Amino acid sequence: MANVLIVAEQFGGAVRKATLHAISAGREVARRTGGTLHLAVLGKGIGPVAEELSGYGAEVHAADAAVLEHPLAEAHAPVLVELARAVQASHVGAAATAFGKDLLPRVAALLEAGMATEVLGFGGEGAEVTFRRPMWAGNVLAEVALATPVKVFTVRATEFPAAAKEGKGAVTAAKVSVDAGALRTRYAGFKEVKSARPELTEARIVVAGGRGTKGDFKPVEALADELNAAVGASRAAVDAGWVPNDWQVGQTGKVVAPELYVAAGISGAIQHLAGMKGSKVIVAVNKDPDAPIFQLADYGLVADLFKALPELAEKLKKSR
Amino acid sequence: MPLKILVTAKRVEDPESKIKVKPDGAGIVTDGVNYKMNPFDEIAVEEALRLKERHGGEVIVASIGGEKSATEIRAALAMGADRGILVRHDGPLDPVVVSALLAKVFELEKPDLVILGKQSIDDDQNQAGQYLAARLGLGQATFASKIESLESEAEQKKEPGVKLAADGKSVAVVREVDGGVETLEVSLPAVVTTDLRLNKPRFASLPGIMKAKKKELKELAAAALGVDLAPKVVVKKLSEPPSRKGGVKVQDVEELWKKLHDEAKVV
Ligand SMILES: Cc1cc2nc3c(=O)[nH]c(=O)nc-3n(C[C@H](O)[C@H](O)[C@H](O)COP(=O)(O)OP(=O)(O)OC[C@H]3O[C@@H](n4cnc5c(N)ncnc54)[C@H](O)[C@@H]3O)c2cc1C
Ligand SMILES: Nc1ncnc2c1ncn2[C@@H]1O[C@H](COP(=O)(O)O)[C@@H](O)[C@H]1O
Repeated sequence: MANVLIVAEQFGGAVRKATLHAISAGREVARRTGGTLHLAVLGKGIGPVAEELSGYGAEVHAADAAVLEHPLAEAHAPVLVELARAVQASHVGAAATAFGKDLLPRVAALLEAGMATEVLGFGGEGAEVTFRRPMWAGNVLAEVALATPVKVFTVRATEFPAAAKEGKGAVTAAKVSVDAGALRTRYAGFKEVKSARPELTEARIVVAGGRGTKGDFKPVEALADELNAAVGASRAAVDAGWVPNDWQVGQTGKVVAPELYVAAGISGAIQHLAGMKGSKVIVAVNKDPDAPIFQLADYGLVADLFKALPELAEKLKKSR
Repeated sequence: MPLKILVTAKRVEDPESKIKVKPDGAGIVTDGVNYKMNPFDEIAVEEALRLKERHGGEVIVASIGGEKSATEIRAALAMGADRGILVRHDGPLDPVVVSALLAKVFELEKPDLVILGKQSIDDDQNQAGQYLAARLGLGQATFASKIESLESEAEQKKEPGVKLAADGKSVAVVREVDGGVETLEVSLPAVVTTDLRLNKPRFASLPGIMKAKKKELKELAAAALGVDLAPKVVVKKLSEPPSRKGGVKVQDVEELWKKLHDEAKVV
């Protein structure tokens, strides 16, 4: 009873990239506990997704049912609980996405398990595996043990490599005994926010704007497009409704760790830094020479972003 | 239809405070640190008050913690909540224990709706609401949000983002998830957790603060509620994250470009 179950996330017939990072974490936990890695995928008509996942060398348990069409935690959790028991999982994990953070605590409660959120790494062996995770907006790192037979966790994707395909796992049907009529939650709609840009958490480069843009994200977006980058934002810009919530970087938004992060018109509040300080190179463009962002920026430019960003974009265009 | 709403107010370190780890890694330095209501809980209290203003009913604030957590309950009462419940517990807590205690409060009060913050800014676990919903067998709508800007007209008019159905039997909640905006309808009683972009919490007025002093604040001993109080999430050691060396300033865009191109080789 030391097996590891990783819950995959699928959207529109594809495996979400964050899941591949969670699979790496799952492989590590299985190594530490001496158990076997299992994968779970839930949804409706997910045959091709299950097939895709089977390329990662672990048995894939596919729960394919109409009641699982939408990612409702109330419907998904009991299926995972039954599966976790069937495969004798001591550890159940997923990526710390909106889906994982909504679902996994519900699974944990039903398994009477303790849980660690946004895990950055592991320590120890066997039943003593510990979890390293951030607290106080990343001001503190904690080493945490879970004192329950089953342990549940979500992992921060940027801290684990995307798993490479290896071997071939079997695909088996997981039992679904959820009564659709008894559900207390109904899925009442979804509006997809489509973007032609790379996904924020996956992009090699992120250009982010804050309150300093005063609502005009054009220079930020133009530079991003020149760099084939994703666009991020501070909470101030999101709260003002200038950009979608989905773009927020920080303690309560997305955590990113690109090769290059450009922060324009962002002061550098600790809650924002929590989401980007793992970036390889940080550039800050800010009018205020005393802005806290300059303390951790590799390259700080004291300038008006409306002048500096277009100039940089121009420079890039010319250098190609 | 009037709504009975249970809302939580956790006492946490002020997000503006500088958090430092004690040299022995057994905790954080608390000298000079200010405390306040968890910011997500302020949003939860605000949402509960707006629902009450629209539909009538009662807002009950619960907090679990030491004696001092009464301060955060009073803060919520000053915003306009009706009465408070302090579940006294002086030891370490985790979402497992918190949700077990809140489930007891739920059984005592039988509210129509529970609103919690999505996450405590000290432990950053983002779990208690989901655990509570699972324990009670209720539906959950986590990370409740608003599509409109917090500068919008709806916000000026203090409209609730959580919408009660005409028959009073469910609430509709908008959630901003990865890749889009989702709407859930959850039968009452339900558990909702709040994200940042749901509302702008009001400030307590002076008369509000005066009135709060006279409002009922009941104390329950956690030990008397028949709940296992041993935390399951055991923090073994705290440390400070590796710090980043930054601080290099460049003169102009030309120099910035050179650094990025020739030195860091990222563009
Ligand atoms: C519980 C909690 C959670 C939070 N979570 C997050 C989170 O996840 N992410 C997040 O970002 N924030 C978060 N915050 C908010 C955070 O504390 C800050 O308020 C926020 O990050 C500030 O955004 P900003 O830097 O854009 O705005 P400001 O702090 O107002 O900074 C604007 C900056 O723009 C500069 N500027 C102005 N004009 C120009 C110009 N023309 N050119 C160049 N520079 C200019 C100014 O000098 C200033 O430094 C959270 C707060 C709390 C309490
Ligand atoms: N000690 C507590 N007292 C009251 N509410 C709490 C307590 N701990 C957690 N909560 C609530 O649960 C939410 C999520 O907390 P957490 O799972 O710890 O991140 C918080 O925003 C609070 O609303």
